[in-house]
Amino acid sequence: MVSVKKVYLDNAATTPVDSRVLKAMLPYFENNFGNASSLHQFGLDARVAVDRAQKKIADFFACSKAEIYFTSGATESNNLAIWGLIQRLRLDQPGFQPHLIVSSIEHDAVLESVRALAARGLAEVSYVPVTARGVVKVEKLVAAVKANTVLVSVMYVNNEIGTIQPIEKIGATIAKLNRKRPQKIYFHTDATQALNYCDCRVSHLGVDLLSFSGHKIYGPKGIGGLYLKSGVVLEPLFFGGHQQNNIRPGTYNVSGIVGLATAIDLIGASNRQRENQRIEKLRDRLIATVQREISGVVLNGDLVKRSPNNANFVFRGVEGESLVLLLSERGIAVSTGSACSSGSLEPSHVLAALGLAPELAHGSLRVSLGRFNRQTDIDYFVTELTRAVKRLRKMSPL
Amino acid sequence: MYSEKVLDHFHHPRNQGKMKAADGIGQVGNPVCGDIMKIYIKVGQNADSVPIIEDIKFETLGCGAAIATSSMLTEMAKGKTIDEALKIGKLEIAQELGGLPEAKLHCSILAHDGLKAAVADYRQNKNKS
Repeated sequence: MVSVKKVYLDNAATTPVDSRVLKAMLPYFENNFGNASSLHQFGLDARVAVDRAQKKIADFFACSKAEIYFTSGATESNNLAIWGLIQRLRLDQPGFQPHLIVSSIEHDAVLESVRALAARGLAEVSYVPVTARGVVKVEKLVAAVKANTVLVSVMYVNNEIGTIQPIEKIGATIAKLNRKRPQKIYFHTDATQALNYCDCRVSHLGVDLLSFSGHKIYGPKGIGGLYLKSGVVLEPLFFGGHQQNNIRPGTYNVSGIVGLATAIDLIGASNRQRENQRIEKLRDRLIATVQREISGVVLNGDLVKRSPNNANFVFRGVEGESLVLLLSERGIAVSTGSACSSGSLEPSHVLAALGLAPELAHGSLRVSLGRFNRQTDIDYFVTELTRAVKRLRKMSPL
Repeated sequence: MYSEKVLDHFHHPRNQGKMKAADGIGQVGNPVCGDIMKIYIKVGQNADSVPIIEDIKFETLGCGAAIATSSMLTEMAKGKTIDEALKIGKLEIAQELGGLPEAKLHCSILAHDGLKAAVADYRQNKNKS
């Protein structure tokens, strides 16, 4: 069999584990396997590792160690943030009906969480639209605020179109509103896609809760975290041990926690700005070449307020899933917001929120670059993409 | 997600392309739902002077399953009498491909409808002439 070059351009779905991360994790499987809650030396060794990890992560977010909670990933972090807060407020104030505001382009882990609350009658939810370029307008968000609003949740970087949301501005606006309100509004951001590229200092952003994940930042899958500002109390989702202030009980995932912290440390350490510029340059060249080589291309999402690693295209007269399959045959990994790829037959809610017609949304392709991509990957990708688009258009009756 | 047979038909579609001077053309689906299939048929006669699908071609805009079911349909229908070809069940195309994910079964139905539309067009053309 002919070996096919492999080009991974789906870093928004998941990233490979950095070898330095893996190396840091390995001792915690076999030799230092202790339970971080045990009193003996094995436990103490594990506890030290967890403490150090927590400290590294807290440094990255410029918060205190005690404000970092470990979870199984961003889906759990988002559920814990939203359900935990609402359940807690309802317990504290019986009869109170809380109101939440989210953007219409949130990840399903947020959207489905708030829908589940609404479906059970536990909260009212407002969905704030975005501009055609995929950015939340702060005025629209403010207009949605009601007397019983308790939580605003807006993602930092959108996972499909890479747009950066004005978190700092929203944070400042909410702080201002809170000065005049009896009912505090808490601010949560799902920063899963932002850690590699954006300023994540929590006081700078003005957030009370922030979700993050290991496997989007060259760390392992199955580990994530939640920043929870000191003084904010959540009702747990799970019950059991007394770990993590009873807010997230369960045996510490020591190797995962060490991996997560190492991955976060690597973002902060290694010339972050230079790496962002390198990726942005590759991405911009990719977009320019695609626009030059292929006709009928639409770019989705704001081109400036955008994560440097994301490009999201629509190819007119092409269906996205077919494109992904053809490219996969050539060793290339990318993804699509086409309905046909989702199992639900609904095109991506993010592309719909931009006002993109369904027939266009079907032809969308997300390309997300990462730490291990080089110019040769981009050249190979564009050549194969051009060929695949041509082939599918030739097969089409239109 | 897809069986090997589905991927084979997707990557190596049979009878793909336009047909000049087709006897019947059927187009089904729409751009909003994401799949459009166009089926062309050339009608001949067998030894008993019964009309058969002598040649069949397709053009499809759609997902992997839409292309694979179009391709599979053309293989199944080619050479059959029209009446036999119309007996190909809505989900028989998916079965012949070794199955499709639940959400993709409508592609099998669409291919079936495409052939029906092409035959209806052929019959209408014949009545006119």
